[in-house]
Amino acid sequence: MNAALGYVSIALVALATALIGFYGLRVSRTTSDFYVASRTVRPWWNASAIGGEYLSAASFLGIAGLILLSGSGGLLFPIGYTAGYLMLLLFVAAPLRRSGAYTIPDFVEARLESRSARRLTSVIVIVVGWFYIVPQLQGAALTVNITTGLPPWVGSVAVAVIVGIVVAAGGMRSITFVQAFQFWLKLVAIAVPVVFILLAVTDGAPTALDAGDAFPASVGPESLDVYRTVSLLVALLLGTMGLPHVLVRFYTNPDGDAARTTTLIVLGLLSLFYLFPVIIGLLGRAFAPDIADSGTADALVLLLPGRMLPGLVGDAVTALVIAGAFGAFLSTTSGLVVSLAGVISQELLGGSVRGFRIAAIACSLVPLGFALVTASSGLAGSVGLVFAFTASTLCPVLLLGIWWRGLTARGAIAGMTTGALLCGAAILAGPAIGQSVPALRTVLELPAAWTVPLAVGVTVLVSLLDRRRVPRGVDHLLARLHVPERPSTAR
Amino acid sequence: MIGAAGILLGVAISAAFAFARRLVRGSRELGTDAERATYTTLHLASRAAGHLRGGFDAADAAKAARPLRTLLGCEALAITNGPLVLALDGGDDTVRAEAERLAASAAATTPGRRAQLLRDAIGSGRTHLDAVVAPVTRGGAVTGSVIAFAPRARAGLVRATGEVADWVSAQLELGELDASRTALAELELRALRAQISPHFIYNALNAIASFINTDPAKARELVLEFADFTRYSFRRQGDFTTVAEELRSIHSYLQLERARFGERLAVTLQIAPEVLSTVIPFLSVQPLVENAVRHGLESRETGGRITISADDAGGFAEISVEDDGVGIDPAVVAEVLAGGASEHVGLRNVDARLRQVYGDEYGLIVETNVGSGMLVRMRVPKSQPHHELAMGGVR
Repeated sequence: MNAALGYVSIALVALATALIGFYGLRVSRTTSDFYVASRTVRPWWNASAIGGEYLSAASFLGIAGLILLSGSGGLLFPIGYTAGYLMLLLFVAAPLRRSGAYTIPDFVEARLESRSARRLTSVIVIVVGWFYIVPQLQGAALTVNITTGLPPWVGSVAVAVIVGIVVAAGGMRSITFVQAFQFWLKLVAIAVPVVFILLAVTDGAPTALDAGDAFPASVGPESLDVYRTVSLLVALLLGTMGLPHVLVRFYTNPDGDAARTTTLIVLGLLSLFYLFPVIIGLLGRAFAPDIADSGTADALVLLLPGRMLPGLVGDAVTALVIAGAFGAFLSTTSGLVVSLAGVISQELLGGSVRGFRIAAIACSLVPLGFALVTASSGLAGSVGLVFAFTASTLCPVLLLGIWWRGLTARGAIAGMTTGALLCGAAILAGPAIGQSVPALRTVLELPAAWTVPLAVGVTVLVSLLDRRRVPRGVDHLLARLHVPERPSTAR
Repeated sequence: MIGAAGILLGVAISAAFAFARRLVRGSRELGTDAERATYTTLHLASRAAGHLRGGFDAADAAKAARPLRTLLGCEALAITNGPLVLALDGGDDTVRAEAERLAASAAATTPGRRAQLLRDAIGSGRTHLDAVVAPVTRGGAVTGSVIAFAPRARAGLVRATGEVADWVSAQLELGELDASRTALAELELRALRAQISPHFIYNALNAIASFINTDPAKARELVLEFADFTRYSFRRQGDFTTVAEELRSIHSYLQLERARFGERLAVTLQIAPEVLSTVIPFLSVQPLVENAVRHGLESRETGGRITISADDAGGFAEISVEDDGVGIDPAVVAEVLAGGASEHVGLRNVDARLRQVYGDEYGLIVETNVGSGMLVRMRVPKSQPHHELAMGGVR
């Protein structure tokens, strides 16, 4: 592969991200277009931004790799990632926007009137964020290694340093536009190769591809295990609503209705995007089965265009894919670093500008440390575990907090602790236990199916025992969360 | 292996030793019987006080009744409000029925009456209970009572119940004081809410008048801007608004000022869309713009430029208003913000309200000097779940 192309596209994406971040809104306006300036962010923009931030290394590289490795089991990831937004749309988006809280810890404190519940939530949010950044950095390591031949750590360090510096220097001021740009970059970067490869493969004749080649019955939907499917879907469906950077984007919407519209558009955009990694995965099964090794499978998206397309076209399309992949690492990482730095600086450093900078650097360096000492075990899989952890900790508190007036601070703390301990233990000790007791392997690999119900159960039970401590303001707050805003007539 | 076990054992022994030492020292530090009795009394009283301060409803009274019963050492204790029994701690349905009867008669007592002992108030079956009824007063009138039931009430219990009832009255009054202090703070906030300056109304109407003959279309447009501006500023309800709404009002204001200044007033806006929905105190940016126009640019022949910017800074929104006008002496600004000078009332108002709403660290930051313009900055947390927007339009 042409290493120079790799360098050029990585540099271009990094530069474009920084430029839009710093100068995107420095365009001056005069009073004559005052209304343009004071118009709130349109749902379309916001939805693109959410998509940009959400489509991470796992979506861009991981899904195709997983389909190549394990067949139709990999299809559950795009389904789960997208349907998570359906849950968000149905249960969370509008009420949370109306709450006026900016982060999940803010919401928990306002709802439960408890500082300790807030602190615990902050800790969990930070842990979730850090472990969500790690796979992004591992994806960068893989990409740099494969496309330029440099040692893997260069990629992780590059992404962490770029994001740390840009965020700390205030370069994410116009984060909505940066992320919206990243979404369309990623969509183009994955759609164009697919179109080109399909044209090359089929040569205009639609019947040239036999589905049986790509997908023998042995890896079809028949082969799926019920427990695995349920557990994975529970994690992905419920995990989305607890991700720290998601709630912040809804705050940019002017009201609850706009939050709903935004989520609806996000659903459409994600569905469109996920068509392409799936097609690449299938093409990979048909034409590049030799990549199907757990170390290189995630690189399928990067390698396939070069193999299937001749000469210059192949190089150009590969460069585009590299740009898209880097867009994915940069956008997800920077979105997470911004929201985590906000939480940390508010919690520990008094909310000052300097505190935000220190926190931003810390939020890029800590995950970098983890990424350097651990080896990637499949991008989609590691992100799946983060979703399972979120689903077992933040999701019960968020859902019950919005929909059940009986939730108390003690219930929330007990539930979050239970979920965190069980899910954390399954993730950390799972591989070791699975070696000695093979029967438990699947249960520990995909823990969401039992940790989520247990966390919800403990939360409800402790809240019921603690009924006298239901916060006083709960009826007022819940009314505010659920009563739609009256249309504003002050124009 | 043995080493590890040894360390563990060592740790366990030192922990046990430390615990035992604490226990011994702890009981010595508790002091004499009298000291302990004082402590117990005060502790029970302060536990009850927390519940009484918040107001006087059934849930609070029930929580307060338990420590009060322990304090008096009686069989059952009832707290009543008017003819209602708010809480009964200890005691069964017969006691409750009796408490209700006594509450009704206690409500009719005149103020100034001391605690009253009723022998054998409950005398059915095996239990014989005396009742001590002590009135709770509020603002000179009897509003309720504390009723203690004991098998054999002595003078000590009667006196103590009277004291407890007085103490409950005092706590309720303190609670009312808290409530009125909060109400006062709210009123103060409302009084500080910026007013449209008469000066501005006069100038705006004059400017409109000058266009009526020469450019009727423009005059009509200005009258509409004036209507929009006054509707927003005269709004009665809600102490909070969004950055977007405030900017809309600033737009109307600036259109009217530009009618007067013409080309001499240039305006630049740099607004990050992420902060448009941030909640800010109602009319907290417009007075800053008005201050820049009136004190910074008006006195200059050449006019000048005003730059309004709103930036997204993590969990905060940073809003700043800058002008390149005449500026003022920093010492004067310090005096204005301290409440000394009568000029620049707008600045002081906004500063005082920001401090009151968000705390002292959120006051205005002013950078200025004579002849070098003025930059006023404010920083507002995005997360304000307790501040509600007034929705809808004019009221």
